[in-house]
Amino acid sequence: MSDISCRDLCKTFHQGGDTITALDRVCLEIEEGEFVCLSGPSGSGKTTLLNALGGLDTPDSGEIAIGEHRLDGMSRAELADMRLRHIGFVFQSYNLITVLTARENVEFIMQVQGVPARERTRLASGVLAEVGLAGLENRRPAELSGGQQQRVAVARAIATRPALVLADEPTANLDSRSAAQLMDLFVSLNRERGVTFVISTHDARVMRYARRLIGMRDGRIVSDERQQPIAMDI
Amino acid sequence: MNVSWVLAWRNIWRHRRRTWLTVGAMVFCNVLLVFLVSLQLGSYQMMIDGSLAAYTGHIQVQRRGYHDDQHIYQSVPAVMELASSLRSVPGVGEVAARAEAFALASSAQRSFGILLTGVQPGYEPAVSTFPGKVREGRYLQADDAREIVIGALLAQNLKAGVGDELTFIGSGRDGSFAAAVATVVGILDTGLEEVDRSMAQIPLGWFQQVFAMGDAGHSVVIRVPSLEQVGDTAAGLRAALAGRNELVVLDWERLMPGLRQAITSDMASAWFTYGVLVLLVAFSVLNTQLMSVLERTREFGVMLALGMRPAQLARLVGMETLMLAALGLGLGVAGGGLLAAYLSYAGFVYPGVEEMMARFMLGGRIYPQLSPVSLLAGPLTVFLGALLAALYPALRLFRLQPVAAMRAL
Repeated sequence: MSDISCRDLCKTFHQGGDTITALDRVCLEIEEGEFVCLSGPSGSGKTTLLNALGGLDTPDSGEIAIGEHRLDGMSRAELADMRLRHIGFVFQSYNLITVLTARENVEFIMQVQGVPARERTRLASGVLAEVGLAGLENRRPAELSGGQQQRVAVARAIATRPALVLADEPTANLDSRSAAQLMDLFVSLNRERGVTFVISTHDARVMRYARRLIGMRDGRIVSDERQQPIAMDI
Repeated sequence: MNVSWVLAWRNIWRHRRRTWLTVGAMVFCNVLLVFLVSLQLGSYQMMIDGSLAAYTGHIQVQRRGYHDDQHIYQSVPAVMELASSLRSVPGVGEVAARAEAFALASSAQRSFGILLTGVQPGYEPAVSTFPGKVREGRYLQADDAREIVIGALLAQNLKAGVGDELTFIGSGRDGSFAAAVATVVGILDTGLEEVDRSMAQIPLGWFQQVFAMGDAGHSVVIRVPSLEQVGDTAAGLRAALAGRNELVVLDWERLMPGLRQAITSDMASAWFTYGVLVLLVAFSVLNTQLMSVLERTREFGVMLALGMRPAQLARLVGMETLMLAALGLGLGVAGGGLLAAYLSYAGFVYPGVEEMMARFMLGGRIYPQLSPVSLLAGPLTVFLGALLAALYPALRLFRLQPVAAMRAL
């Protein structure tokens, strides 16, 4: 399901009178269960590529497929359904719903999926425990540290058991310790659940966790290397 | 537990002050609407009761065509017997027979045109409040006495008082010359200038003699215990008079179309005012919900990114508005209901409208009428208006693109 295939993806933005090329004929294949980092300086197209892979943004041209699903040509509703059922998102600034508790944040998206109330409460508790937040389920985001909030966001992303998790600069707002803990969590989810991770970052600490490191510059893939992760013995 | 409802409820309290201001506007408007509609319905009830009790009655039986073309020959035969027989019809309360004619009344010094009514002295006080308005002297007593009671202004114009003699002349039913002399036994002060200037009443038996009516009259006036019974009672009367095609049963709306028109006209202007009130509250809700949606653009973007559809976001905004409106409805109905219930019991004085109230034969105090309609019509309109007002902010969500929305500050 999470095999990702992109071919000749192009995306331009118009800002004032200028045309900015965010993606320039990007071709990419990612296999199920991979742990991939997209790296590059700001403006290199990492986030745009991530948005395109997640069906959040539509490329101007090119093809994207996740498993047997072709994203290009899908309607907004079909894309929403695709995101809801098959893709988990983790954002730089956590983006939790501030008026809901940690458990409710996780439950909410499961409710949208149609998971019955009793089951989603059980699942939410389980996944929060899995990310190390047992006992903090009833706290609201403002009552949690940045690292804990990001863990809630991860719990929310994986609660629906997606095959693919897309994370955009997930450690950018975290201190080193929290960042390391989050990356350890990602790696363990990747290893134990087989979830495919695609993480955009320009943080060298994060890149060390990846088994595959894709470098981008000016909307193009300029490097694609497989590496032995050095942060964990995996 | 449904997280959507929890989320909607907590969302509306993100800005407590703004929420309370919006709910407060709804509550104020609802209290005002409940009070005003209760007052309006209460006033109409009093206007109708007062006006009909004065003279017209709830229902009249007349000769077909008399109401539109009031000629003396358009008469009802054996009118007193008819009145007696109608007393047994179910729902009928009080019944009295009448006859009417235009005449010229003269005192020793002056002459004036009058509307002379022949009434049954024993029954008339039960169908009309005029007999109770005797300012001087007394009301009519015997059915064939040569007595007359006249309006206060007519008495003033004729320079006549109790004990004076008046001559009146007119045309009999058969075209003959009708003339008689009557002794003034009472002066009526109804408070209605028009009536007091031209009204005179004599006993029906004597009226029939003077105007060559035989046993005929022009109307049988009927009062029923309450306004709500008019329709059924009129239907019963029509059934009772089924074989007499020359007669017609007219209810108060047909007899006094002006009263219904006055109410309709008053209602139209009142509904306009209520409409403006509802519109103001709807704009307040629109403002609150639009602000709320704009402030949460980023959050909505995240929700879209996670896989929610715009329609689900719109439903969330709808749920929030529903809660706001329900709060306004509940508190407004409770507050307005309590106020209207108290005033419907205690009544209140509305200064400056005494003349208008006298015109409709109303007393000094107004009693609002609390009913399901007066209690709920206004607040439910506000409720629906608030829900409609949330449509625009909700529809805006259909234009949101996840990426652009998440970039919003």
